[in-house]
Amino acid sequence: MEAILASAIGVLTAAGVYLLLRLRTFPVILGLAFLSYAVNVFIFASGRLAIDQSPILSRYGEASYTDPLPQALVLTAIVISFGMTAVLVMIGLAAYFEAESDRVDIDATDDRADGEGK
Amino acid sequence: MNDQGHFLFLISLLPFLGAVIPGIMIRAGRNACASFTAVPTVLALILLMILAPDVLRGEVITAEVMWLPQLGLSVSFFLDGLGLMFAAMILGVGLLITLYARFYLSGDDPMGQFYTYLLMFQGAMLGIVISDNILLLLIFWELTSLSSFLLIGYWKHLPEGRQGARMALAVTGAGGLAMIGGMLILGHVAGSYKLTDILQAGEAIRASEWYLPALILILLGAFTKSAQFPFHFWLPHAMAAPTPVSAYLHSATMVKAGVFLMARMWPVLAGTDAWFYIVATTGLVTMVLGALIALFKDDLKALLAFSTVSHLGLLTMLLGFGTEAAAVAAVFHILNHLTFKAALFMTVGIVDHETHTRDISRLGGLRHLMPITFAIGTIAALSMAGIPLLNGFLSKEMMLEEASHTYWAGSTWAVPVLATLGALLSVAYSFRFIGHVFLGPVRDDYPHKPHDPPMGLWAAPALLTVLVVVIGVAPFLAEGIVTAAANAVTGADLHPHLKIWHGATPALWMSIIAVLGGGALLGLHKPFLSAWEAAPRPEAKAIFDRLLAAIIALSRGITEIAHNGAISRYLAVFVVTSVALGWIAYSGSALSAPTRGLLPVPAVIGIGWLMLIVASVAVVILHRDRFTSLVLIGIIGLTISAGFAYLSAPDLALTQISVETVTIMLLLLALHFLPKTTPVESSVLRRVRDGVIAVVAGGGVGALAYAFMLRDISTISQFHLDNSYEGGGGTNVVNVILVDFRGYDTYGEIIVLGIAGMVIYALVQTLLAGPVARKLRGGGAMSEVLREGLAVTHLSRDRHPLMMVVVTRVLMPIAIVVGAYIFLRGHNEPGGGFVAGLVVAIALLMQYMASGFAWTQARKRIEYHTLIGFGVIIAGLTGAGAWLSGTPFLTSAYTYVHLPPIEEFELATAMLFDLGVFLTVLGAVMLMLYSLSRIARHAGETVNVEAMDYDPADRVTERGAET
Repeated sequence: MEAILASAIGVLTAAGVYLLLRLRTFPVILGLAFLSYAVNVFIFASGRLAIDQSPILSRYGEASYTDPLPQALVLTAIVISFGMTAVLVMIGLAAYFEAESDRVDIDATDDRADGEGK
Repeated sequence: MNDQGHFLFLISLLPFLGAVIPGIMIRAGRNACASFTAVPTVLALILLMILAPDVLRGEVITAEVMWLPQLGLSVSFFLDGLGLMFAAMILGVGLLITLYARFYLSGDDPMGQFYTYLLMFQGAMLGIVISDNILLLLIFWELTSLSSFLLIGYWKHLPEGRQGARMALAVTGAGGLAMIGGMLILGHVAGSYKLTDILQAGEAIRASEWYLPALILILLGAFTKSAQFPFHFWLPHAMAAPTPVSAYLHSATMVKAGVFLMARMWPVLAGTDAWFYIVATTGLVTMVLGALIALFKDDLKALLAFSTVSHLGLLTMLLGFGTEAAAVAAVFHILNHLTFKAALFMTVGIVDHETHTRDISRLGGLRHLMPITFAIGTIAALSMAGIPLLNGFLSKEMMLEEASHTYWAGSTWAVPVLATLGALLSVAYSFRFIGHVFLGPVRDDYPHKPHDPPMGLWAAPALLTVLVVVIGVAPFLAEGIVTAAANAVTGADLHPHLKIWHGATPALWMSIIAVLGGGALLGLHKPFLSAWEAAPRPEAKAIFDRLLAAIIALSRGITEIAHNGAISRYLAVFVVTSVALGWIAYSGSALSAPTRGLLPVPAVIGIGWLMLIVASVAVVILHRDRFTSLVLIGIIGLTISAGFAYLSAPDLALTQISVETVTIMLLLLALHFLPKTTPVESSVLRRVRDGVIAVVAGGGVGALAYAFMLRDISTISQFHLDNSYEGGGGTNVVNVILVDFRGYDTYGEIIVLGIAGMVIYALVQTLLAGPVARKLRGGGAMSEVLREGLAVTHLSRDRHPLMMVVVTRVLMPIAIVVGAYIFLRGHNEPGGGFVAGLVVAIALLMQYMASGFAWTQARKRIEYHTLIGFGVIIAGLTGAGAWLSGTPFLTSAYTYVHLPPIEEFELATAMLFDLGVFLTVLGAVMLMLYSLSRIARHAGETVNVEAMDYDPADRVTERGAET
């Protein structure tokens, strides 16, 4: 189980990094989503894996539980990463409307024009 | 802290507080402005005088407020003899400058600004001399650089002013950076950043192997500030400043900061060979060189500037000698130099003001036209030359006395001869100042007919000249302060006797040689000048400019490689660096043996894993087709939530699945406007490179996760499990952590989420108010692209199908009930505010999608911003409610209620907090998606008033009407 989870984290990270290095906004946002998955699962896994040990306290005697702390951290992280993605999407969209291009990098020519303007 | 300590704090604060005043008072006129500027200075001076008697008795007054004791950071001041002397100089001359500047500045100059800068500078300078913490001292040190930059560049319209200000900032700022390094080393060696502690640790510091680096770095700071060779060149260029600034900064205060620092650090750093050879030699060279250049300068301010360089060299040399007598001489000369040099600068200012030139070759014979100025200037200049019965003579004699028995690398004559030469040159330029400006025939070609200025202008230099004479005639008057300061510098108990006549000592003969030689030299000034002009010599400004250009080119080169504006390059650099750092960390230490075994993998889980891997790879391969990749991402999200559910994390599974839904909706909405495909742009080589980076990074992270999961570490989790029920009143530990143990984090997080929602709303608002709205509405290439995009999505002509509208409307109450259920059970079972908020948000979104934007919008009762605000406020008030029972913020309370006929249930304040979370999440998610859809309306999408394109209900009523 640990091996397949680790490999899943690895593949998610690799896909995320590859997409992050693309030149258009949309793949970059997808890449960030991938990285969010990977990071969330990673943090979750730092509490060690356990099956059928949900951190819901049993009223009927002793039971063993998995680590609840990483779960709490990941729960908010999932929601926050949604917020982050939304902001990025909006910025990407606004940039697309302004520049009429969804390229991520500033063209060398644009850069020079900016410099002269100053 | 006692009253004295409070006074010290007040003294340090007064100038900064006062800096606000001129900006306000300037509206009341120039006189009012100047008067009110003087108030904080006068108050600080009075407080200082109250403290002075104790300090003169040898007490050290301290004041301290701890800030971060663990890091050695505190706001601490102390006042000893040296600090008192400097503080009195800074405040006293500051007061005179305030008066002088009132009459010097013309009506066109923004006087309020000037006084604000002046007080800021005064505060920074005061801070340096009374700081007890070297880190605090560094801050004030940098502040003097900054405020002097503003003052030097005060006449913004003059290019020389701007360039001079920049040069001063670059040189002193660079020195300040070096000094930070030196001070940190010093604090590290001494084990404390408190100056009073460091001063006690001199032995240990001098013995440390870090002594030399620290010494050199600190001296770099001091030498640049005090314009020592080879950093002397900035001072003459800083003369582009208004003369009050030159008189204040460049004679009395800022340039003395370096000397002050050397004096302050004297007990710690002095006494070694390295100190003697670096400091004394630099001082000696600077003294002679500065005096030599000053002799040939025609610009009066340049003459004084180089003379200041020379005198600062003299002081540096004295401190470099490392003997107690030399330290006394240095302290005394600091005081004397202040009096005559400030008076001279002000005199030059008057001459400049009255004749409209300060070029010596155009002046002469002013003694008849400006008798008062002549008297002041002459007395001050004679003191600078070291003529008996004036104070400059006394300290110069002491300097020569010390020089006469100092050996330099075994040579007995090098220092005395060079010191005499320096004194001789000093006499020459002082005589030149008197002779070529005031003496000689009256000319008829002054640029402006000169006469003595109003008293306001000459009062300040006159007062200083009185001091020159008084100290010169009755030196014992200055003995108290000089003794206190010298004792503070040396740490010894000295009782120096300042007197005029020491007998026929070597110093007297050296002095006589200097005066006679200087006079003779002035007589031969013309031939010497032509020889000087003919001699090749390096031009400091050109060298500085070339050096600066080279440094700028270098940094630009580095920047353009690492920081060329392409974000994909930054990200690549970032990923590669992270992987490299991870590798370094890994290779630097051995991995401990695994302590856990592997869990088995059931077949279903194996299939899920396969789905995730295939979907991820597919996204990478097919990412150019954006819709397809979105669908594939959905698979990944669902698989992950299933994984969470399997691995004992039901809350995460719930959250992940609902976030997944809204994320996909969001991306779909965005894709509505964006191009539907990604063109091939990067070369194969680049894709291979990115692939390699990605695989290495992924492999690294995967290996790290694997290694992590197989090892046990000690955590604080057991605490949460143990206390969740009894402390937090809930059995769902994850939820209790969120709303109770780590409630503060959660509170911050919902605020962040709320801000994200507002940001998006604001962005859309700005976008739709700007030129983009026009672009969206019609015309141009943009709307073509958009229309094309919209056309694809309009494959179905039935935008709001009947079935969907009906189903979503029926679903709405069910979804709300589910949301409420999830919310209410959250404290004890999987669920809670986050998930409930997302579920309700999805239910609302369904209405938007099915029944259309306008229809839903018309039925919305509460703005989403309001929801966010209420959420944050409710959560905050719940937290603050804990204060009422005297417990810390966000401490929760709970009770069990039994209301027949339903089962016993729990009421907890945590639930109220969770309500805040719920509202914020709901508001933020809705605000985000709603904002995005607003763009669509501007892009020409039609607005539906009716929910359904075809409403059967209309038919029924129509038919009813017919029959």
